[in-house]
Amino acid sequence: MSEPKQTVPKPIAGVSGYIDDRIGAGNFLKRNLRKIFPDHWSFLLGEIALYSFIVILLSGTFLTFFFKPSMAHTVYEGSYAPLRGIGMSEAYKSTLEISFDVRGGLLMRQIHHWAALLFVAGMMVHMLRVFFTGAFRKPREINWIIGVLLLTLALAAGLTGYSLPDDLLSGAGLRITEGVLISLPLVGSYATFLLFGGEYPGFDVIPRFYTLHVLLIPGIILALITAHMILMWVQKHTQMPGKGRTEKNVVGAPFYPAFMAKAGAYFLFTFGVLAGLGTFAQINPVWLFGPYNPADISAGSQPDFYMGFLEGSLRLMPAWEINIGSYTLPLSVIIPALVPMGIIMTGLALWPFLEQWVTGDKREHHVCDRPRNAPVRTSVGFAGITFYGVLWLLGSNDELSVAFDVSLFATTWFGRIAVIVGPIIAFLISYRICIGLQRKDADVLGHGVESGVIKRLPHGEFVEIHVPAREDVAAHLRGKKEIPSLEAPVDERGIPAPGVRGLIGKVRLTLNRAFRADDIPLEEGHGHEEEHKAIGAGSGHKADH
Amino acid sequence: MKSITARRRHPLARYAVLFLALLLFGGGYAFLAPVGGKADASIAQGANAVDDIAEGKKIFEATCASCHGVNAEGTAMGPSLIGVGAASVDFQISTGRMPAAAPAAQMPRKAIAPVFELPLDQRKPGQPTIDTKKVAQVAAFIQSLGGGPTVPTDADVDPATGNAAKGGELFRANCIQCHNFVGSGGALTGGKHAPDLGKASAKEIYEAMITGPQAMPVFNDSVITPQEKRDMIAYILAVQNQPHPGGASLGVIGPVTEGLAAWVVGIGLLVLAAIWITAKRRQVND
Ligand code: HEC
Ligand code: HEC
Ligand code: HEM
Repeated sequence: MSEPKQTVPKPIAGVSGYIDDRIGAGNFLKRNLRKIFPDHWSFLLGEIALYSFIVILLSGTFLTFFFKPSMAHTVYEGSYAPLRGIGMSEAYKSTLEISFDVRGGLLMRQIHHWAALLFVAGMMVHMLRVFFTGAFRKPREINWIIGVLLLTLALAAGLTGYSLPDDLLSGAGLRITEGVLISLPLVGSYATFLLFGGEYPGFDVIPRFYTLHVLLIPGIILALITAHMILMWVQKHTQMPGKGRTEKNVVGAPFYPAFMAKAGAYFLFTFGVLAGLGTFAQINPVWLFGPYNPADISAGSQPDFYMGFLEGSLRLMPAWEINIGSYTLPLSVIIPALVPMGIIMTGLALWPFLEQWVTGDKREHHVCDRPRNAPVRTSVGFAGITFYGVLWLLGSNDELSVAFDVSLFATTWFGRIAVIVGPIIAFLISYRICIGLQRKDADVLGHGVESGVIKRLPHGEFVEIHVPAREDVAAHLRGKKEIPSLEAPVDERGIPAPGVRGLIGKVRLTLNRAFRADDIPLEEGHGHEEEHKAIGAGSGHKADH
Repeated sequence: MKSITARRRHPLARYAVLFLALLLFGGGYAFLAPVGGKADASIAQGANAVDDIAEGKKIFEATCASCHGVNAEGTAMGPSLIGVGAASVDFQISTGRMPAAAPAAQMPRKAIAPVFELPLDQRKPGQPTIDTKKVAQVAAFIQSLGGGPTVPTDADVDPATGNAAKGGELFRANCIQCHNFVGSGGALTGGKHAPDLGKASAKEIYEAMITGPQAMPVFNDSVITPQEKRDMIAYILAVQNQPHPGGASLGVIGPVTEGLAAWVVGIGLLVLAAIWITAKRRQVND
């Protein structure tokens, strides 16, 4: 891991010199082109989303040239025989034309759709990386919030997007959207009329979705991505703990040329994977679904994967409702539509602040946590993943039921129980695993690494000789930071500090203790000390204790 | 003209003429055969109907009576077959569902039972191995007990006389809620499922509609006319057999497999790429 060289490469010097002479911004360029980016594979995950978004913009623009966002009725006479003579909307017809008659149209549609899936999936894995490494901590909370907003908007972009072709499958999604809107207390029917411009489905929804889909939502996403990147640039990347890495530096490769080459290559990789999927894997074959007709519904009607958790919660929910006079409050729709989404999105948005409040940690963090060193956070993360995962899985319970030959009701009941018990189990298990891994780290530092050399002691006992861990490994392990304690501020008369007084304060203190419980101190002392020294000298490393 | 006269004496000309003649006769025969064949069959049916029923009863007693009772009156193991009709028998046997192997929530489609297969010496390569005569005999026996829908003729189920586009609309209105939009199958309650229609023949599709096996409703001729049934058959066979212009079909069961592919293939490959790209550096610099 070499530090960047001090000499500026010629291309940068040349360009910045040229620009400097004219607009006096050369220094800015020089500084920024030499910006250091850390080198860890998980730091590239966000770029999947970024590059997918670029592909979405390009392919989506192509689609706008041919797509007709209109619900006007027409009769298909195009080249797909099994639909000839069938009445349908202009939107569906133009999607068929894009698929069968526009050169490269089907490829573009498929790339657009695959890119949409990878856009959201990329964001999700990126977000998980940030969460589990604690990279959302001060000063990066704002960027985290931007990320949560981006994820929410991506769901909206996807929903409006896959509704556009007005096919039977997306119609089912539209119908659920309507059901959710209309179930809202008081405003429900007004909101529905506002969106659909009258009775469902009406003629307005596709043009309206179109404007949202190609203009408003991508516009906001683009603005947020820009803000996200600028903040990231200004605040610099976090980095994994390791040798020579501190809160004050960033170790890695400079933006120009090393990181740029890598980022460029990674863009091409992303593009290649999307083009490959678009070419070889059929997605959303709308011609097979047929035009939307509110009276028809197909088995296996599912939304895109990122909506799967909502579908799952809808399927798990028992049919509850409250009737007050002539008004019905359909809990079986409102709860699954709003509660899981609320838990997940609000939970994500609030987590950095909650954690900061509990730990009282106001320090700036530029070095990441290894997930094991923040066991509570990591376990909450896994509980969340399990919660989301069960809902998501159950969104496809009919397919699971057929594929694995289990009863549909059994899957529903499994889901109802798993969605509550699963996260708890996941929390406990990951907590234990984190502690185990911490012990292992402490062991490696305090005790060394097994050398494979067995030694027999004079009294007959066999011991395996341990050697101290390699320097860079040890530095990586030693990156662990203590979680601050709120216990300290008790004055001599035993009165706790204001922060931990009162009911909320007590809750805070309890949570703080939970966060710090089981923290395994590194560098514990161990028994057969002499043995390390014996071999440590031979291998050229110095023992640490 | 001149060139043809010249080539008439070509050594291969004789074979060409022979080939043409064969083609003409063969084609002509194929054109006329179904009509003739049916005429034969109906004559035979008239003459041998009583024999057929007796023969059918024998087979029934040997293979089916253990569950359905000697007179098909039903037992604890299987329902009464009185009034289910020849079509139901033909459907159940030719899809391999009957004779059933063991009680289950739903009898699955399987290979035809050995009793209903042609003896080895009568099989022709490339032809189905089902012994249509035996099946017809059992069907005739059941038909004789209480009537019911009869086995459709080849013309009844000919997809060429159906309009696939119209059939698509009917299919979407009547079948996809159970069978999925291209007939890939779907789950039903109580451990049952609507099967994939990929293996069903035109005749089996027709029979399924008129007999309504198990959880499937009956679509009799007043609900869906015979012409509409042919439209649907044309549609089902067309979409089941058409190529997938977009690449691998991913099972045509909707977005579930698409999501799976996005994660496993898409994210999987890109994570590998990320690891590879960042690993490259260490090799160079360390
Ligand atoms: C192991 C018991 C068993 C045997 C043997 C058996 N069946 Fe069945 N059969 C059933 C059961 C159970 C059902 C009802 C469930 C179903 O349709 O899947 C049934 C249903 C049927 C039906 C459909 C009835 C309807 O309502 O349309 C027909 C026709 C039929 N059997 C014919 C036969 C014939 C012909 C044979 C002999 C070749 C036979 N079965 C052998 C158990 C059996
Ligand atoms: C209520 C759900 C339902 C509907 C609606 C329905 N089916 Fe079925 N279908 C089933 C079930 C269940 C079976 C399996 C029956 C069995 O295994 O005994 C089946 C079996 C079939 C089979 C036999 C498949 C095979 O491979 O053996 C065909 C063909 C078929 N259906 C066609 C249709 C057509 C055509 C329609 C529309 C006119 C239709 N079905 C509507 C539930 C349904
Ligand atoms: C912001 C992220 C975006 C997401 C997640 C997204 C997602 C989608 C999805 C899933 C579809 C359905 C595609 C299909 O038919 O299979 C779709 C359709 C479409 N999108 Fe996007 N999209 C995004 C941005 C854009 C942009 C920026 C444009 C235009 C500049 C655009 C233009 C279109 C058009 C015209 C269609 C309908 C055409 C068709 O379905 O064939 N999209 N989008």
